[in-house]
Amino acid sequence: MNRREFIKQTASAAAASVVVGGGVLLLGNRGEAAGKSSAGIYQPKKYQVAAIPDKPVMAVVKDKNWRQATATAIATIGGMGAFIAKGDYVCIKPNIGWDRTPEQGADTHPDIIAELTNLCFKAGAAKVVIIDVPCNSPDRTYNRSGIKAAAESEGAQVLMPDSNQLQDIDFGPESLGEWQALKPILECDKLINVPVVKHHSLSGITAAMKNWLGALDGPRNRLHQNINDNVAELGRLFPATLTIEDATRVLQRNGPTGGRIDDAIVYNTVIASTDPVAADAYSTRFLKRKPADFSYLKTSQEKGLGSVELPANKIAEIGI
Amino acid sequence: MRKYRIARIISQTFFFLLFLYLVFATQYKFQPDKETVPGILKFFFDMNPLNLLGTSLAGGILYGTLALGFILLITTIFFGRYFCGWVCPLGSVNHFFSSFKSERKEHRARALMQSNVYKPYQSLKYYLLIILIGMAIWGSLQTGVFDPISLLGRSISMVVLPAVTWLLKTVLSLLWGSSNSVIAFAGEILSRISSALFLPAKQPRFDTIFWLALIFLLIIIANRIYTRFWCRAVCPLGAFLGILSRYSIFGLKKNEEACDSCDKCLLRCQGGDNPHKELPHHRTECHLCLNCLTDCPHDALSFGFFENRKKYQPRPEITRRKVMFAGLAGLLAVPTLRSGIDSFKTRPNLIRPPGALKEEDFLARCIRCGQCMKICPTNALHPTLMEAGWEGIFTPYMIPVIGYCEYNCVLCGQACPTGAIQPLTAVKKHGDSENKPVSIGTAFVDKNRCLPWAFDTDCIVCEEWCPTSTKAIKLLEQQVVASDGKTLTLKRPQVDPVLCIGCGACEYACPVEGHKAIRVSAVGESRNPDNEMIMHRPKKEKV
Repeated sequence: MNRREFIKQTASAAAASVVVGGGVLLLGNRGEAAGKSSAGIYQPKKYQVAAIPDKPVMAVVKDKNWRQATATAIATIGGMGAFIAKGDYVCIKPNIGWDRTPEQGADTHPDIIAELTNLCFKAGAAKVVIIDVPCNSPDRTYNRSGIKAAAESEGAQVLMPDSNQLQDIDFGPESLGEWQALKPILECDKLINVPVVKHHSLSGITAAMKNWLGALDGPRNRLHQNINDNVAELGRLFPATLTIEDATRVLQRNGPTGGRIDDAIVYNTVIASTDPVAADAYSTRFLKRKPADFSYLKTSQEKGLGSVELPANKIAEIGI
Repeated sequence: MRKYRIARIISQTFFFLLFLYLVFATQYKFQPDKETVPGILKFFFDMNPLNLLGTSLAGGILYGTLALGFILLITTIFFGRYFCGWVCPLGSVNHFFSSFKSERKEHRARALMQSNVYKPYQSLKYYLLIILIGMAIWGSLQTGVFDPISLLGRSISMVVLPAVTWLLKTVLSLLWGSSNSVIAFAGEILSRISSALFLPAKQPRFDTIFWLALIFLLIIIANRIYTRFWCRAVCPLGAFLGILSRYSIFGLKKNEEACDSCDKCLLRCQGGDNPHKELPHHRTECHLCLNCLTDCPHDALSFGFFENRKKYQPRPEITRRKVMFAGLAGLLAVPTLRSGIDSFKTRPNLIRPPGALKEEDFLARCIRCGQCMKICPTNALHPTLMEAGWEGIFTPYMIPVIGYCEYNCVLCGQACPTGAIQPLTAVKKHGDSENKPVSIGTAFVDKNRCLPWAFDTDCIVCEEWCPTSTKAIKLLEQQVVASDGKTLTLKRPQVDPVLCIGCGACEYACPVEGHKAIRVSAVGESRNPDNEMIMHRPKKEKV
């Protein structure tokens, strides 16, 4: 090959790669922003199922075996089969926020996630995905919380909140504006919210509604600036099929991170409900507080997300 | 004779890939039990006799498994610089990039042969080594700046891998985001596979990447001018091995009767050690790459034992006067540097990783390998440029706005090959009734920027993230009259300097971007009792 040939070949190779690359970019339609605006403002999906007559809306179960407590609570409000249809894609959203061990009570307990996965598959779910956007690094929190190992042993897919799993989303100017949200939550058929009940210095409590911060990625640290309204709004944006609250051990102070075992009180309690507001209101007692202390509960009720006070016949307490 | 060359290339490829793999595997994602770092990741740093020499001279200690360096040290005494030609990963990189030189035209081949004749510049590396030893005697360990293993390690982990990650992530997300469903599907599959196998979840970022990249690039480009210029002229490990190989019993033998002075042996000579007839062979420069053997058309060259010492140049070409001058320069460099403003008082943002030794001892041990920065799961540790002074160039320090020190994590100390960062257990790091917690600094609230202090707005994200229990950030509940005349109850953060460990989680999480409203500085670091502001730090954690 002489110099002229070399230059010719290089030039044609460069031209070819420009054509191919340009084609990919053109076909690829780089304007993701355009895609976002064409998708329009996010509308909450209908994850919820019709109310089951003759069954309590909320079950509160105390049992030293936490897997059993979970199973009993679900069975009491109608059984998993009433909520999950055959072939459903189920997304479970635990709280895996912090790099802490299960007994420290900063994350949802792995037993509960394991049992829920098991129940979903028994009810005929085709796929169960576990995902959260933690505060500390996902690798560490997924492992130390014990959730990755427990859920995988039951056959769930435990997904990291990589950029692959996030999607641009616009909640609208009246709501929270533009964010990135977890794809599995947006795509699944049934959504199960599994918060851990614990102390939080600003909102007082973190439970079901506040758990939806973990569905978002972006400047979450700014949501604190109007936390009560934002938490209620998050509840509206993600109307889960089921809310399972982990009050097996409840962090009383130094929340939401905790860090020492004597920060938590063991209550051995699991709550299952289709009404997240009622479940959060009930949980306030584990922090020795009252629902009236939390303005987001009232706001949520006004938005029609649930009732702060359920009639007594709609609550089943077992083992209390 | 081709078989020797093939064997060498296999060996170089093997060790380079092994090195690449070990550097790559030095990340949290790949640690089998997620709490400890396997010793094998330190293999190349452990077997490096320059680290053995440097840390024992400067730090006065033979740390951990650095004694492995004796294996290379002793075998080099007998067999010469085989490491440079067969093992050294940076040597192999240089070898590779030196291999694209035209020799088709007669004058080019001649020029190439000429460039591979021994040149006086090759003795520079010996003087550099002597300067570094002079500095090490004072406890200022600078070998890591030039050491090929450290240099390649940090170049790969801080420049090459992040750049490749960025490229792959961008291309894959472009493909996945395509409106063409076939391309999008292929992009999705590729993305899933690569994140499962090797792509980290978060883009790794490192400060000073420009300088690291520039140095690496210059080293590679230099190969165009002189074959393996870095190895011949600069490498202090090569110099050390060269000095050791002075009495080696193994080396090149020239059969002068068979030689017709075609000089083909010079064409691909890596060391610049005169394998041709006219000049004596420089044994201390020879990498034992065996190219001359392969290229000799008359089988005039061979390698063997016990060549007559009169027939070759057994010692490096360095003069006593220059050696003394270099040693003196090294010995004087440290007093000169240290009599300047080098002290913690002028370096408030030099936040060292937990377990780091006191600065003087730290600088006597750190080999700038970048292992701590690579393993850090939050990307908190970065190489300094001038933040630690000239003596501390490329040593690790924390930049909390990029990453914070994870409370339960002790991986950096375990990944450190020399103990510049002492290995800790989580219990030791947290402290107990007997021991103080390991603190790397203290956080300070900037009340002029903090939302509840300056703008009467709820926030306390710093308190939420504070990992200690009891929390080191306290909340003052205050009734204030806001600018619009309304009375508000606000929670305003205040740091308890005794409980604060300086982890930087608060600074990382603070929503006031840019200049954060809570910032960590090194004061209060456990490693230096002088860098303190508290009169009495209690042993037992305050509850």
